[in-house]
Amino acid sequence: MDVDMRPILEVKNISKRYDDITVFENLNLQVKKGEVLVIVGPSGCGKSTLLRCLNALEPIQEGEIILDGEAIRPGSREVNKLREKVGMVFQSYDLFPHMTVLQNVMLAPIKVKKRDKKEVREEALALLDRVGLLSKKDQFPRQLSGGQKQRVAIVRALMMHPEVLLLDEITAALDPEMVQEVLEVVLSLAKEGRTMLIVTHEMQFARAVADRMIFIDGGHIVEEGTPEEFFEHPKTERLSSFLAKMRF
Amino acid sequence: MGFEVLLKGNNALRLLMGLGVALRISLISAVISIALGTVFGVLMTLKKPAITAFFRIYLETVRIMPQMVLLFIVYFGATKARGINLTAETAALIVFSFWGSAEMADLVRGALQGIPKIQYESSTSLGLSTMQTDRYVIGPQIIRRMIPLSINLITRMIKTTSLVMMIGIVEVLKVGQQIIEANRKVSPNAAFGIFLVIFLLYFAACWPISLLAKYLERKWEN
Ligand SMILES: Nc1ncnc2c1ncn2[C@@H]1O[C@H](COP(=O)(O)OP(=O)(O)OP(=O)(O)O)[C@@H](O)[C@H]1O
Ligand SMILES: [Mg+2]
Repeated sequence: MDVDMRPILEVKNISKRYDDITVFENLNLQVKKGEVLVIVGPSGCGKSTLLRCLNALEPIQEGEIILDGEAIRPGSREVNKLREKVGMVFQSYDLFPHMTVLQNVMLAPIKVKKRDKKEVREEALALLDRVGLLSKKDQFPRQLSGGQKQRVAIVRALMMHPEVLLLDEITAALDPEMVQEVLEVVLSLAKEGRTMLIVTHEMQFARAVADRMIFIDGGHIVEEGTPEEFFEHPKTERLSSFLAKMRF
Repeated sequence: MGFEVLLKGNNALRLLMGLGVALRISLISAVISIALGTVFGVLMTLKKPAITAFFRIYLETVRIMPQMVLLFIVYFGATKARGINLTAETAALIVFSFWGSAEMADLVRGALQGIPKIQYESSTSLGLSTMQTDRYVIGPQIIRRMIPLSINLITRMIKTTSLVMMIGIVEVLKVGQQIIEANRKVSPNAAFGIFLVIFLLYFAACWPISLLAKYLERKWEN
């Protein structure tokens, strides 16, 4: 994993509130190019919200999110440009149901980046092949299993050549036998040096894929470290008890 | 059985022309309803209190009022009471469009609100603009949901046109009655035959449409 020193993503002192609830306050985070960051924490601690803020799907009330040197602000004119650099895959299946697999993955590069159709198609076929779904290219999402849909969703995000990939519990809605096929795709992306922020409840997988772990609780990053430190020598009581629950 | 009266004079042709009147009224109303209803449906999703209140009253009115009452109000109300010169067919078109637009608006609203939020979000997070999202992601899904429903609305309109004879429009059912009346002496059984033919005419008009709706529904289900 070639991790150079330049942070591709910087989260500076951000606060996120919904009316009367504060999800997080003064949160800071830096992600280096090529780094895989795994975020864990109890349900409702704000993991999804954090990823959504990074993709400007949610406005933040304070602070700054800087991607590749540029600030991400929802509603600003450049926000779509920046979004192209951030790929996201959600927990629920979100493929476009009226399009085939191939149409799903080709839409954004053609319409947003105005790339040549033939070239996009070739790239799409190669990526689908890589995730083992070439034979499904003309099927509709309803004809796919959950695991297959998530792999297509990953390909769809990759087709935009994002600088950062955000994965929000992408295996949480899957039947157990389909989890592995999706996680293997993510592991192979990590090996090729993709920058990723991953929210997951699969601790084994987290350990295998992460360069760095962070634990969020009560609106703060409570603990962070290498997977080794994080799982073997948790420094805080909160993390130990969280991990104990997860192992159980 | 009374089928022989069909062959008398131009009775068969008159029945077909009567069906033509019914189809013309329903198709014109359907086109108006689909256009207006789509606009109304989009307006209803905007969540502006005044607009919402207006459409609630409109929809409830349409739901509560029998179409026949609406026909009487518009036709007799306008022509007799206010002296506005409306032909019966114009009155019918107004009432059917008023009714159809409400139904259509509710269908469009339902379809729009039935699109999961994640569809908008995954499209935006791929970098598509709001306009591109509507055009390539949301619009096509709405149209796929709407087409079978609109087609059903058309068949319901065709059926309901039988009411317009109450304001003097000579459509297929009225023609049938006229033929039966005229032949009361010579073929007292004509009623059965004529109504059977009318049934078959309605069936021939509606069945293919409803098959098409079912076919599209199956093709696009997700
Ligand atoms: N649109 C919203 N409006 C109001 N509150 C919200 C909204 N979205 C999330 N929240 C609240 O923000 C907090 C964080 O939610 P979030 O979905 O980010 O948690 P999470 O860590 O992803 O949880 P999980 O592990 O269950 O997915 C929760 O308390 C939630 O109720
Ligand atoms: Mg979540």
